[in-house]
Amino acid sequence: MDFLFITQQSLSAAIGVNTIIFALAAIGLNMHFGYTGLLNFGQAGFLAVGAYSVAVSVVSFNISLWVALLIGIGNSIILALLLGIPTLRLRADYLAIVTIAAGEIIRQVARSATFNQTLGGSDGITGKFGKEFFDLNPFTAGLDLPFLRFTPNDLWVVVVGWIVVAIILFLMWLLVNSPWGRLLKAIREDEDAVRSLGKNVYLYKIQSLIAGGVIGSIGGFVYALSRQSVQPDNYGTALTFFAYTVLILGGAARVMAPIAGAVIFWFLLVFVEQMLRQAVSAGYVPEWLIGVNQVGQIRFMLVGLGLMLLMIFRPQGIFGDRKELALDARA
Amino acid sequence: MHRALRVRVSSSRRSSLLMMGSVLCTLISSLLVAGLASSASAATPTYIQGALVDSAKSPIAGVTVSAIGPNGFSGESVSDAAGKWKIEVPAAAVYEVSINQEQLPSGQALTDAAKATIKANVISLGFDVTILFPIGPGVEKTTDLERSAQLLADGLILALVIALAALGLNLVFGTTGLTNFAHGELLTLGGLLTYYLSAVVGLKVIFAIPLAVLLSAFIGGYLQDKILWQPLRRRGTGLIAALIVSIGLAIFIRYLFLFIFGGDTRQLPEYAGQAGLSLGPVSITPKSIMTSTIGLAMLVIATLWLSRSHMGKASRAVADNPALASSSGIEVERVIRAVWILGATLASFAGIMVTVNQGVSFVMGQDLLLLIFAAVTLGGLGTINGALVGSVVIGVSIQLSTLFIPTELKYVGALVILILILLVRPQGILGKKGRIG
Repeated sequence: MDFLFITQQSLSAAIGVNTIIFALAAIGLNMHFGYTGLLNFGQAGFLAVGAYSVAVSVVSFNISLWVALLIGIGNSIILALLLGIPTLRLRADYLAIVTIAAGEIIRQVARSATFNQTLGGSDGITGKFGKEFFDLNPFTAGLDLPFLRFTPNDLWVVVVGWIVVAIILFLMWLLVNSPWGRLLKAIREDEDAVRSLGKNVYLYKIQSLIAGGVIGSIGGFVYALSRQSVQPDNYGTALTFFAYTVLILGGAARVMAPIAGAVIFWFLLVFVEQMLRQAVSAGYVPEWLIGVNQVGQIRFMLVGLGLMLLMIFRPQGIFGDRKELALDARA
Repeated sequence: MHRALRVRVSSSRRSSLLMMGSVLCTLISSLLVAGLASSASAATPTYIQGALVDSAKSPIAGVTVSAIGPNGFSGESVSDAAGKWKIEVPAAAVYEVSINQEQLPSGQALTDAAKATIKANVISLGFDVTILFPIGPGVEKTTDLERSAQLLADGLILALVIALAALGLNLVFGTTGLTNFAHGELLTLGGLLTYYLSAVVGLKVIFAIPLAVLLSAFIGGYLQDKILWQPLRRRGTGLIAALIVSIGLAIFIRYLFLFIFGGDTRQLPEYAGQAGLSLGPVSITPKSIMTSTIGLAMLVIATLWLSRSHMGKASRAVADNPALASSSGIEVERVIRAVWILGATLASFAGIMVTVNQGVSFVMGQDLLLLIFAAVTLGGLGTINGALVGSVVIGVSIQLSTLFIPTELKYVGALVILILILLVRPQGILGKKGRIG
């Protein structure tokens, strides 16, 4: 077994493109769920809107990429309003079901043959819509260290991606420590108490939904640009659930938690996959038990099992504070 | 945030068996379904294949079947004298396989026009995938009225499937407060067990179905509650934490099913290409009539049981106020166990209805879960009649909406209806006001 290769792959994944995407999705969820207590299960929809806005604007309408990014943010704000106005009056479990439905509506419309011309149907959109972004790439060579490996384009995405994440986290830190952020936490703890102080809870919830949704759609930008393609089935409910896993792994209601969660999540996911793959091809695991093609399924089984165990035994995650967000509180 | 799973029994016993138990539960189910997966040998050519037979079971030759896949792949095959066709595919992917309907002999047509293109999921090279195009006596062009009648009948059958599943989901929610995202996997469990018992063990489908329902009730109802949810209630796990646990469980079980069972949709060995009977303007297969009748009977019995029997009344008492129910001498944990078993029984039969009529795959439950949730939410979370009303609204509107919108968007239509109704009545059609936040 090639341990150097396994380490290289796992470490590259831990700070790689997918980690950035899931970190951004989870930062958005942290705003919704961690700080405001909104159970948004439609986060994949926000990523889809971000990704498709960029791809469709550039490929179908020939708009400049930089304008397309602004359009994406505008669209995610519109989605947050559309989603929030009817649903934010609902109780947590109703909200969960309605948001998951909204996310699926977006995916199914995107993949439908009816809108094939603009949205690309079930194959999605592939094209050089990131050209303007990659033209700015200063890296002529990729990174090829024993422990890290990136192609030039991936390296550029990773560098820009982490800068964006850092800026968003700084803003997030300012926001949650402002009076506005304290109000969100108060809504999470006791909505009626906040209402009795004369605050418009509904308005603050919508603001939180918009803020988290925009952050999610920036994750969608990274998803689309890094792959130069968008595919509708990448934005299914699984994306939302994995983003929740990332958030809970790190610890909800902690500013840095989504980063820690995403890094650990992707390191483990790739590490387990590579270990299993090599163990199978080296014959340490019998073929009748696990085929090479079944390794991917096993790692998703482990994600599910991990999410259950985490929620049962350590609901505050790795860095969370049990007092801050007492998910297993006894009423 | 601070609501706990509603029932807490004052037991000091902290269950350490918890996770071991849930692993055990899935191990048992995996043993039952084991053996479906055979090992792959990557170098062998892989085919999507099938045989075309007409309603009298004689082969149909000379019909073109084509497959489209990723990276611009396309392949074609013409059915031979035995009706067989076979397309070699280059890679593991999802292919869209279409039949040229115009080449079918006169008097023969697809029994389900939506099945002119079927998705074939080649999970890995070396696994051939068999696709069945359901062919039966052709139908003449229908008027809008006849089409509406057919869609209404289809919609009511879909409503029945949703209602069977929704009742259990709603009962569990009512008595324990758990929003169970793993409920769809109960449908898949029922379907997969039926497939395994009939196609692999070799039982007749008629015997396989009751056995599968019993096994599902035991594994998905009794064991699931005993091993996972009861210990969690004892720990006083919060409602939202429990909801997320159920998501983890759903992901785990779904990929376990994929691991054991593979990714393609499978048909039961019997009754596969059954021709439809014409009842006035409506064409309906005998197997669909049979399963719907049994399903309806189960639904009626379950509803009567809930309204008349001692246990049923107790379950409503628990849903209303567990502490009061407990202090009036109702054994709350026993009631919840009964509710879980009832829910798993009904859900597994809903899964079997889909399996008998459309085949079973590992995502079946996941695909239906959203509709089940839509029905329950629409009717009002936690109300029995609400679940039934919601199911009919969702089932019928999904089918009838295809009169106006493309078939592929019919679920979108139903979900939009859900959001619109909640806009007007946030508590659902029959829900109580107190349930909204």
